[in-house]
Amino acid sequence: MTYNYLLAGIRFIALVLVQVLVFNRMNLFGFVNPMVYILFLYWYPVRENRTALILAAFLLGFTVDLFSDTMALHTIAALTTAFLRYPLMRFVFGVNMEFQNFRLSNSTQVQQFTFLALLVVLHHLVFFAFEIFSLSNLLLILKRVVLTGLSTFVFSVLLASLFAIRRE
Amino acid sequence: MQRIINFILRNRSSLLYLFLLAVALLLTVQNNALHRSRYFNSANWLTGSVYSASASVTDYFGLRQENDKLLEENRRLRMWLFNSEARDSMELDTSGLDYQVMTASIIKNSYSEPDNYITIDKGRADSVDQDMGVITSRGILGIVEKASRNYASVQSILNSKSNINAKLAGTDYFGSLTWDSRDYQLVQLEDIPRLVPLQEGDTIVTGAMSSIFPENIPIGTIERFSLTESQSFYQIDVRLFNDMTNLKQVYLIRHRDRDEILQLESDVANDL
Repeated sequence: MTYNYLLAGIRFIALVLVQVLVFNRMNLFGFVNPMVYILFLYWYPVRENRTALILAAFLLGFTVDLFSDTMALHTIAALTTAFLRYPLMRFVFGVNMEFQNFRLSNSTQVQQFTFLALLVVLHHLVFFAFEIFSLSNLLLILKRVVLTGLSTFVFSVLLASLFAIRRE
Repeated sequence: MQRIINFILRNRSSLLYLFLLAVALLLTVQNNALHRSRYFNSANWLTGSVYSASASVTDYFGLRQENDKLLEENRRLRMWLFNSEARDSMELDTSGLDYQVMTASIIKNSYSEPDNYITIDKGRADSVDQDMGVITSRGILGIVEKASRNYASVQSILNSKSNINAKLAGTDYFGSLTWDSRDYQLVQLEDIPRLVPLQEGDTIVTGAMSSIFPENIPIGTIERFSLTESQSFYQIDVRLFNDMTNLKQVYLIRHRDRDEILQLESDVANDL
């Protein structure tokens, strides 16, 4: 239990630093910055308390917002993704979720990738939907959604396999 | 009562979500509604110290380039100095000068968002304050939007809220400089009337209407221009002199009489 919180704390700090110091400066094609901090929601333990996850996601988004001067865009996106994480998991993992000893690491690779992809899609849809309010250029937004989404997914998969969860 | 408490307990994560969402939306609205009402930005101590720690490492990679830029600027300034008349080359008393200039380093730059902000490593402790102009040796960069103790957040010209007085070099035809969030090398100059003779490649500089920037600071050159739908004004794309992706050292400018000018302008507006 304590170990889980400690791990989540370390992930939180590491992901924020990696996001703001490395990925926010990437600017692929001039404007694409992968948002890999979403891995926090992917790695978060399945059976942990939902309220804590929502609070953590709010803090995570808020910290990233603070660093990137995009006040509350990341917060809203991370918060909503965290809130809908459980229904998404039900959708991807189905009845497996019912087992007491269900873990992310003993699901199939396809399921893991689908789950990650859905998280990315949801997060980016919310993020860019709110960005539209401040910008009226639909085509530009769509281009950014698709390219940023793809790059976030690719880099997240790379990071996720680099720091794989232990198989048990 | 019991049932209400039960209801709240049962739906606590949904309620928490809605509450936090409301907080976040409030922050967004507050952030977009009014220029300069932002309480949270990357000029606070937490983000400031992380960014300056990172800058203290990455700074070394650009040293040679920075040196070349400074040398080039010094060359230009010296050329002016040698060719200007009667001025003492070492003017030590700066109290009589209209503009005060300070230096700072950028610790966080951004150019890929629709609203870009730059963080610099000087703050109120170094007497940096709101509404100081920020330029580089090549041209205009932005305006200080908020200063904390040791850092300041600069609204870049690459910001959809940016609006700066600019004119055609050598004339007094002025317009306002804005950004359409598309290309970080191109900004837009609006409200130049149709009768003005334009040429691609003409230089655009800051205008005299601003109490923030001195006149004639370089901005960029005209890339292309066309008439707006009303056929009476030009819509001009300006290619910036500054490479916005590669910035390090900046100058901050303060107009000595800015407060007086603003006071006068608001007095006149109130009298109407």
